[in-house]
Amino acid sequence: MVYLQLSMKRATLILENGLSFEGYSFGYEASTDGEVVFSTAMVGYPESLTDPSFSGQLLCVTFPLVGNYGVPEDRIDPVGLHLNYESEGIHVRGVIISDYSFNYSHWSAVKSLDQWLKDEKVPGLFGIDTRELTKILRDSGSMLGRIVIEGDNVEGPMYNPNLDNQLALVSCKEVIHYPSSKPNAKKVVLADYGVKHNIIRHLLNRGVEIIRVPWDYDYNQLDYDGLFLSNGPGNPAYCDDAVHHIRRAIEMNKPIFGICMGNQLLARAAGAQTYKLKYGHRSHNQPVRLVGSNKCFITSQNHGFAIDESTLSKDWDPLFINMNDGTNEGIRHKSGRFYSAQFHPEAASGPTDTEFLFDDFLNLL
Amino acid sequence: MLDLKFKKVLLLGSGALKIGEAGEFDYSGSQALKAMREEGIYTVLINPNIATVQTSEGVADKIYFLPVTPHFVEEVIKKERPDGILLAFGGQTALNCGVSLYRAGILDKYNVRVLGTPVQAIIDTEDRELFVKKLDEINVKTIKSVAVESLEDALKAANELGYPVILRAAYALGGLGSGFCNDDQELTALAEKSFSYSPQVLVEKSLKGWKEIEYEVVRDAYDNCITVCNMENFDPLGIHTGESIVVSPSQTLTNAEFHMLRELAIRIVRHIGIVGECNVQYAFDPESDDYRVIEVNARLSRSSALASKATGYPLAFVAAKLGLGYGLFELQNSVTKTTPAYFEPALDYVVCKIPRWDLTKFQGVSREIGSSMKSVGEVMAIGRTFEEALQKGLRMIGQGAHGFTANKEIVVPDIDKALREPTDKRIFVISKAFQQGYTVEEIHELTKIDRWFLEKLYNIIRTAKELTALSSLDELNIELLRRAKSQGFSDFQIGRHIYKDAIDPEEYVKQVREFRKSLGVVPVVKQIDTLAAEFPAQTNYLYLTYNGSASDVQYTGDRRSVIVLGSGAYRIGSSVEFDWCSVNALQTIKERGWRGVMINYNPETVSTDYDICDRLYFDELTYERVMDIYDLEQPHGMIVSVGGQIPNNLAIRLDEAGVPLLGTAARFIDNAEDRHKFSSMLDRLGIDQPRWKELSSLEDVNEFVHQVGYPVLVRPSYVLSGAAMNVCSNDSELHEFLNLAANVSKKHPVVVSEFIQNAKEIELDAVADRGEVIAYAISEHIEFAGVHSGDATIQFPPQKLYVETARRIKKIARKIAGELQISGPFNIQFLAKENDIKVIECNLRASRSFPFVSKVLKINFISLATRIMLGERINPPHKSAFDLDYVGVKASQFSFSRLQKADPVLGVDMASTGEVGCIGDDSNEAILKAMLSVGYSIPEKNILISSGDSRKKAELLTACKLLKDKGYQLFATGGSHQYLIDNGIPATRVYWPSEPEQYPQALQMIHDKEIHLVINIPKNLTQVELENGYKIRRAAVDFNIPLVTNTRLATAFITAFCNLPIDQMEIKSWDEYTS
Repeated sequence: MVYLQLSMKRATLILENGLSFEGYSFGYEASTDGEVVFSTAMVGYPESLTDPSFSGQLLCVTFPLVGNYGVPEDRIDPVGLHLNYESEGIHVRGVIISDYSFNYSHWSAVKSLDQWLKDEKVPGLFGIDTRELTKILRDSGSMLGRIVIEGDNVEGPMYNPNLDNQLALVSCKEVIHYPSSKPNAKKVVLADYGVKHNIIRHLLNRGVEIIRVPWDYDYNQLDYDGLFLSNGPGNPAYCDDAVHHIRRAIEMNKPIFGICMGNQLLARAAGAQTYKLKYGHRSHNQPVRLVGSNKCFITSQNHGFAIDESTLSKDWDPLFINMNDGTNEGIRHKSGRFYSAQFHPEAASGPTDTEFLFDDFLNLL
Repeated sequence: MLDLKFKKVLLLGSGALKIGEAGEFDYSGSQALKAMREEGIYTVLINPNIATVQTSEGVADKIYFLPVTPHFVEEVIKKERPDGILLAFGGQTALNCGVSLYRAGILDKYNVRVLGTPVQAIIDTEDRELFVKKLDEINVKTIKSVAVESLEDALKAANELGYPVILRAAYALGGLGSGFCNDDQELTALAEKSFSYSPQVLVEKSLKGWKEIEYEVVRDAYDNCITVCNMENFDPLGIHTGESIVVSPSQTLTNAEFHMLRELAIRIVRHIGIVGECNVQYAFDPESDDYRVIEVNARLSRSSALASKATGYPLAFVAAKLGLGYGLFELQNSVTKTTPAYFEPALDYVVCKIPRWDLTKFQGVSREIGSSMKSVGEVMAIGRTFEEALQKGLRMIGQGAHGFTANKEIVVPDIDKALREPTDKRIFVISKAFQQGYTVEEIHELTKIDRWFLEKLYNIIRTAKELTALSSLDELNIELLRRAKSQGFSDFQIGRHIYKDAIDPEEYVKQVREFRKSLGVVPVVKQIDTLAAEFPAQTNYLYLTYNGSASDVQYTGDRRSVIVLGSGAYRIGSSVEFDWCSVNALQTIKERGWRGVMINYNPETVSTDYDICDRLYFDELTYERVMDIYDLEQPHGMIVSVGGQIPNNLAIRLDEAGVPLLGTAARFIDNAEDRHKFSSMLDRLGIDQPRWKELSSLEDVNEFVHQVGYPVLVRPSYVLSGAAMNVCSNDSELHEFLNLAANVSKKHPVVVSEFIQNAKEIELDAVADRGEVIAYAISEHIEFAGVHSGDATIQFPPQKLYVETARRIKKIARKIAGELQISGPFNIQFLAKENDIKVIECNLRASRSFPFVSKVLKINFISLATRIMLGERINPPHKSAFDLDYVGVKASQFSFSRLQKADPVLGVDMASTGEVGCIGDDSNEAILKAMLSVGYSIPEKNILISSGDSRKKAELLTACKLLKDKGYQLFATGGSHQYLIDNGIPATRVYWPSEPEQYPQALQMIHDKEIHLVINIPKNLTQVELENGYKIRRAAVDFNIPLVTNTRLATAFITAFCNLPIDQMEIKSWDEYTS
């Protein structure tokens, strides 16, 4: 194995509130900016970095040792899904870690995290106190930040992803068909707000045909059996078009299942409000409880906004609740036809406890 | 909460500490008892391990110091009538006992409900065949072996399993006819050989080199299930997880692998029906996602204790609550106090567990590590890089290592072989290999250790090289210094790499410390909060790291805290007894209105439970780290006298650095520790001691021996091989020992002392206040001097001591206490022959027997000592030690069965791994209870006797008569047989292994289990033991037949069981004796 020689150029993270952390640059050597968020997941950096929900963000990983198992080959299956990634490429605007493993070790790896970031032109920062950074974000809330490479002179406002419609950036630009392996398969419209490929895999594995449409596409003109609302980045309040289409689907009484952004948009379509959490949920260990039961699940989460449960109309019930902070984790219409989860039952990365939600959806079709 | 109502619950402890079952069960049992008591449930505990925290006042409502065996447990059930029983908190001992009780219908008979995992589920995991079947039902892969009786079938099986495979000849001892095969051809060749040894051959898939991964799983009665953490072994499969370095969380698994194994673990645990805690072990292919389940432990384990400390998640406490019917969602995360116990901890650090071996203590034992456990303790190090955690851990194991580098050069004749066939020195062999130019790839090929770990180790080597290239601190730039520190280099390592041996280590350590502090290179304090800082936590569970820029803790500097230094890794000579002392000191500190601060790093302890103290630093007990913590804490003072020898050894340097040590002053500690100073003090006080001299040439040794006469006790300061101390009875033994085992020179002198035969050994444990003895306990060894005090059987109060002897001992103790101005705990060991008393040694700290005497007396010596050290005036307790109406006996637990080939004979070096303490109305009862607690059983009929030299034969005669009278059948080897016949005791002659043509053969009878007790008295105490005696002793151990090797103990044991039938033993709890 070759010992990677890093340039070890210094780089500094400067936060919106003026605090800074000095470390070293790795990956693509350039300055960058965005909303600084932290994730407490201990594995799964290839999945996280390619998760479109992180669009516009600088991701701080709280587990200090990162890069251990390298990065797997980008293999694409016959229907065009990336087998080892969650989308076509990296979506974060920067990665912040404590201890980078220069030498990776895994049979499935083809390159180092450093090399991958270089190839994808994504800057990384290592060697800073990520726990301290996390505590600041926890106490003051998510904030903007900028990674400045030694010698760079960057001025001006920092990029704020919450002012942009991130969905438009990460959604597919045209309709994509994924045929089913089975004859007479049910047709599911997948509203793509930045869908993770594992969601598509889960649906395909259950034998449905998928029509993947751009975030603002009017799918109600199509002939379909069920609507799936995907995950996605950013603020759900920017997506009135999407909300409008969902509302129409509800009127048509089509079975609907939403995840993450899909959950928030379903809520807005149902007339409820969403709000920004102080620092969001980004981890693999979020406990949720099925409302009205003793059933609990460990879930994978990645979101900065949540549904304001008090604004739900009487036709809707909370489905899951977060056991740590009591926030809403999913809703369901009284008819049982429309439901959604704030967490990620498709996992990748994270625990796989709640995959059954896909089966529930299939049963509605 | 489910409606399970319990009023009284019985918890089975694990008994004496032994290899494979150590202090972790004191921790888990204590937690379970705490959980029960929180619910208002009356708790009854059976555990003969008197040195544990769980057998302390206030932990359980009722405590029985009785053997954890079906007979005694049934008796206690009969008496106490509990409605519930906890089986999962006392290791394999408690589990096995519980299964026996269940199978015998005892639990049903008395309506005792098992809390948590049902017994059938336990049986499903314990019985190999049931286990495989059970996992087959849910399509989970296990390690299977296929039994075949022909080459054809062997080939078929191998192809079905997939190469490589292992062939094992069934019923063949010592691995004859076994081996690995990579293809049909190799298998054909080997199978022919295998079938020549045995008609049946087992074919098994070889998982050599696979990763070993564990998950700790918790499930409640509502079927909610979580994995609290996972762990990865540094060493690949083939090395017992107890023998491997282990990291948590796993480091080389991808998300898909991590969660595939997690999902499987949950599926398994649900299918088996665990309620509580459980551990799933996997073998995992390093080149695909193939796996096998190795085993499932349906109980708290060593791994679960480690997982609790690694994550801050109190597994045992939660498991106990789940046993009562709680759901995980109803319990609280005890760290954040705001979130529920239903969650999976997120770590923002890495922990590294390293085993501690003590193989040099055993004669003849193999140093290789493999599939059976030999380590006696472990440490856990926490860091924010793997390098940092590992280097901390290597210092923590306390065997002289300074880290991964800068250690004393080890001699490895064949590095390739040493890498391929690992020993307890494995990690240092890797260091050596790197330094000799081996590459990561080469070491990986030889060890199969994942390259990721090796690359990290190589990072350390590269930094060491950069440091070594320097020749003074002035050349050290801050970047390199920071990198070294972030990789866990100690000041000592940095100093030694830079200065080599040019200046005194103490000097460069000081310089490096000052240098880095002047540059602001100091560690920061981080919390273990279970959620990686996602939620604010009021946790006091801390560690130090150089991989950070800010501390989580704000210090007030009010000087109201008292730091207690703990005892480090369990090892032979220092284990749970010092944990008890530390915990009691902390409790007293808190009670008296101070803040108790603990420094310790042993995951198997109660003292590292973060709710025992106000602040826990799970970190090193090195001078450097203790000073780092001292600088931050600015405490009122520090206690170094309750954690055994590690803190004791730091006393002088800490004192010199200005640390306020509470209790006896450091210079007096030095006066007791320094052989020369102590000796001249005794002379000055007119106190007798065995004659001794430090000598540096063979001529001087001969001259001294000529003066004092044989036998002599020889202690080399530098040991080449074998035990560190030995008794030599004649010239040839002395010279052989000095030639073989030790190097005598000016640099490495030996200490030779006169060895007094047939002398009693007496211990005094006491507490003094500014030189005045406040409380004391005198106890006597049953064995004569010559058996290490840690191995001896001790009774308290003494039963056969002259009043005059006791008086003299008290007098001497007062003199010494006065002279050394002792404030706090101390211990003196004496030799007594007639009324002639000599002092062997004196320790100005708590000793191993403090919990024993404290509990038998029911006067807490540590609590008294702590109050004195805090400056309080204490009224001496009134109770006189000689007034007790009962007797306590402390007996030792040996783990020879785990230590293949080791000679199970006792000598001047300690060999026991644990102890018990039992109470009886008289000596017989106490001895019998204690002996039954450490694994002896009352023999059925046949007893094999080899009684040593003529003096010992005579000593044993009374006991042999007693055996005859009780109808036992005696078997004896040549001389012993003759002696018995001559004295009118019928016996059957048996033959030594060296008399192969004659029958009956002693060895054969042992193999056939026709012997029920072996009494084998070695002819002398030298290492050169007759092959015969060794074979008999070893066979007794290997075939699990009780063995006694000391005449005094044999006599005491025989007298006890001949006079007291087991069903006449009193079932009395601790308080029934003491109140």
